[in-house]
Amino acid sequence: MTASPDFPVLDVSGLSIALDNDGVQVPITQDVSFSIARGEVLALVGESGSGKSLTALSLLQLLGHGLSVVAGQIQFQARDGGRTDIARLGRSGHAIEALRGARIGMIFQEPMSSFSPIHTIGAQIAEVVEVHEKVGRKEARRRAADLLGKVGIPDPVGALDRYPAQFSGGMRQRAMIARALVCGPSLLIADEPTTALDVTIQGQILELLRALKRELGMAILFITHDLGIVAQMADRVAIMYSGRIVESGPVRDIFRHPAHPYTRALLDAVPRLGDIDRGRRIQPIAGSIPNIFEVPGGCRFHPRCPVAVLPRCAASAPPRHSSGRHEVECIHGETELAP
Amino acid sequence: MIRFLTRRLGYMALTLLLVSVVSFVIIQAAPGDYAEIYAAKKAATGAVITQADIEAMRVELGLDQPVYVQYVRWMWNALHGDFGMSWAWKRPVGEVIAERLPVTLAIAFATLLFMYAVSIPVGIYSAVRRYSVGDYAFSILGYVGLAIPNFLLALVLLYWSQQYLGQSVGGLYSPAFENAPWSWGKFVDLMAHLVVPVIVLGTSGTAFLTRAMRAAVLDELDRMYVLSARASGLSPMQVLLRYPVRTALNPIASTLGWRLTYVISGAPIVGFVLALPDTGPLFLNALLNQDMMLAGAMIFIYCALTIIGTFVSDVLLVLLDPRIRLE
Repeated sequence: MTASPDFPVLDVSGLSIALDNDGVQVPITQDVSFSIARGEVLALVGESGSGKSLTALSLLQLLGHGLSVVAGQIQFQARDGGRTDIARLGRSGHAIEALRGARIGMIFQEPMSSFSPIHTIGAQIAEVVEVHEKVGRKEARRRAADLLGKVGIPDPVGALDRYPAQFSGGMRQRAMIARALVCGPSLLIADEPTTALDVTIQGQILELLRALKRELGMAILFITHDLGIVAQMADRVAIMYSGRIVESGPVRDIFRHPAHPYTRALLDAVPRLGDIDRGRRIQPIAGSIPNIFEVPGGCRFHPRCPVAVLPRCAASAPPRHSSGRHEVECIHGETELAP
Repeated sequence: MIRFLTRRLGYMALTLLLVSVVSFVIIQAAPGDYAEIYAAKKAATGAVITQADIEAMRVELGLDQPVYVQYVRWMWNALHGDFGMSWAWKRPVGEVIAERLPVTLAIAFATLLFMYAVSIPVGIYSAVRRYSVGDYAFSILGYVGLAIPNFLLALVLLYWSQQYLGQSVGGLYSPAFENAPWSWGKFVDLMAHLVVPVIVLGTSGTAFLTRAMRAAVLDELDRMYVLSARASGLSPMQVLLRYPVRTALNPIASTLGWRLTYVISGAPIVGFVLALPDTGPLFLNALLNQDMMLAGAMIFIYCALTIIGTFVSDVLLVLLDPRIRLE
C-alpha cells in the first residue's frame, strides 16, 4: 500500500481527553483539531496546564492512569503504511507498539532523566532498532552509531558504550533525538525539547532539528511555550488555552496579525531587542490558566481577557471564524481576521 | 576496577584481624576457664581432681600464659590452617568444623536462594499491581512473617509436619537414609528436610526483601526514562524488566552482605531447635563448655563469612551500577 500524497501525516480531529475522577469524566482538552503535512513543522503553543503535553502523549496512547481519549480521531499515515486511527488503538499491544519509536518518534523535555542511568547510550538506542526490525545486535549498534554521528555527537562508536552521566545535557538531548529517529519515523513529536537546556545549546538543538527535518523529511509536532522558538522553527502554529485550540494558522499570519486576545497577550509577553531603549515593558498576562475543575463557562479566556464583551463571552462558547488557513475562536474573530 | 578490588581486599584483611581480636577477647571475658570446668565435671562424676592437676592442665593448654601470648599463638597457628585442638572433642578444631560447616553453608545458601527467588517476583508484582487484592495479601503475609520469631516458627512447623504430614523434620535425613549411600531417594529426602529450616530462616528476610523490592520498583515506575522507553515501542513487559526492575535490583543486591550475616547468625538457634547436624549446636556447646579453641574458630568463621558476603555484595553493586563504577 502506498501513502496517498495529499493526505497529511497526522490529522487530528475533535480530540478530547478526559480525566476519570471517581467515575466522573472531567474534560482536559476539548475538540482539538490540527493536521501536519510531510516535512511540515506545527508548533503547539500554550502555558503550562493548557493540555499541550497531554495532547502529545495521547498521540502515542501514552496517557497516564485515569486519563483517556474520549472523543475524536487521530489519523496517522506513515510514509510506507496505511492509515491508522490511533485513537482506536489500545494502550498496549502490537498495533500501537509498532508505531511508537518506529513510525512516530518522541523526545521529551528532560534530557537528564529520559535515559536510564544504568544502561549505556548505545544499548538504549540500539534496542529501539532491535524491537522494531529484524536485525542483529551488531547491525543495531551500527545503526545507533550512525544516528549518533548524524546528531553531531563526536566519536559516535565510542559514545555507544558510554553512560548518560558521561554526557552533557545538550549531548543527551542529541542522543535522545538519535533514539527517536533511529528507525526513520514519519512524524517526530518534540515535547519542549529545549526548555531544560542553556540558551546556546537550545539554538544548536533547534538548528539540528531543522537540518534533520530537511534531510529525513519527517513532519514535526513541536510543543513549546516559547514563541521565540516558534518563529525559528515552525511553519504553522496552534495556540492552546485551557484545553482548546483558540487560534491556528501559518506563522507569518499569527505573528503579524494575531486575532485572539490570548495570542496577542502571549506575543506581548515576549521580550524583544530594543524594548528597554523604547521604554517598553514586557506585559505579563494577568491571572492564570484555569484549574481543570473550575473551567469558566462561555469563552474560557474571558476572565483574563482585556476585550471581553460581558455577559456574552461568559454565557456562550465563542464562534469559530476562519480566513484561509488562519482560524480563531473569538467573538471579535471576524473583524480581527479581516485584512 | 583492579584498584577497587585490591583496596577492598585490604580492608577485608584488616577487618578480619580486628574480628579475630574481638572474638578472642569475648571468649576470654567469660569467668573461669576450660581447666576449671573440666575439673568440675570430673568432680561431679566422683573423680578426684587436685589443684595441682588443674594447674598441670593449664600449663599443658597454655592457659597460664598472658592473654596476648595466647592470642598471638592462636593467630599464628590459625594462619597456618591449624585452629588448635578442641578440648571437649579431643580432636583438631578444623576437623570438627569441617564435618559440619558444609551443612551450615548449604542451608545458608539455600535460604538466600529462597529469599531472593520469592521476594523479587512478589515485590515486582506488588509494585506493578499496587493496592490490588494480591498486593494487600502479600503485605499482610509479609508483616506476619516479619513478626514471628525464628525459633517459634521452627517449633510450629516441626509440630505441624510431624502431626499432619507424618514426616520427621528434625535432622537432615530420615532414619532410613541416615547411613545409606547417596541415591536419588536420599537427595529428595535431604531436600524435603531442608524445606523447614529454609522457611524458618528465610521468612522474615523474604518479607523484608519483598517490601524493599516493592518500594524500589515503585520508585522507578514513574521515571521519565520508563515513559521514554514506552514511547520507543517496547512492550509493557519489556519496559518493566529492562528498566525499573533492573534498576531496582541494585539496592536489593547491596543487601546480600547483611542478609548472609543474618542467615548465618540466625542459624545456630534454628539448628539447635531442629536438631540439624550443622555448626549451630556445635557452636552453642562450645560456648557453654568454654571450649575456647573451637568457639574462637567458630566466631571467626561466622565473621569471616559475613565479611565475605559484604565484599561480594559490594562487587555485585559495582558490576550492576555504572554510576558507582564511574566515581
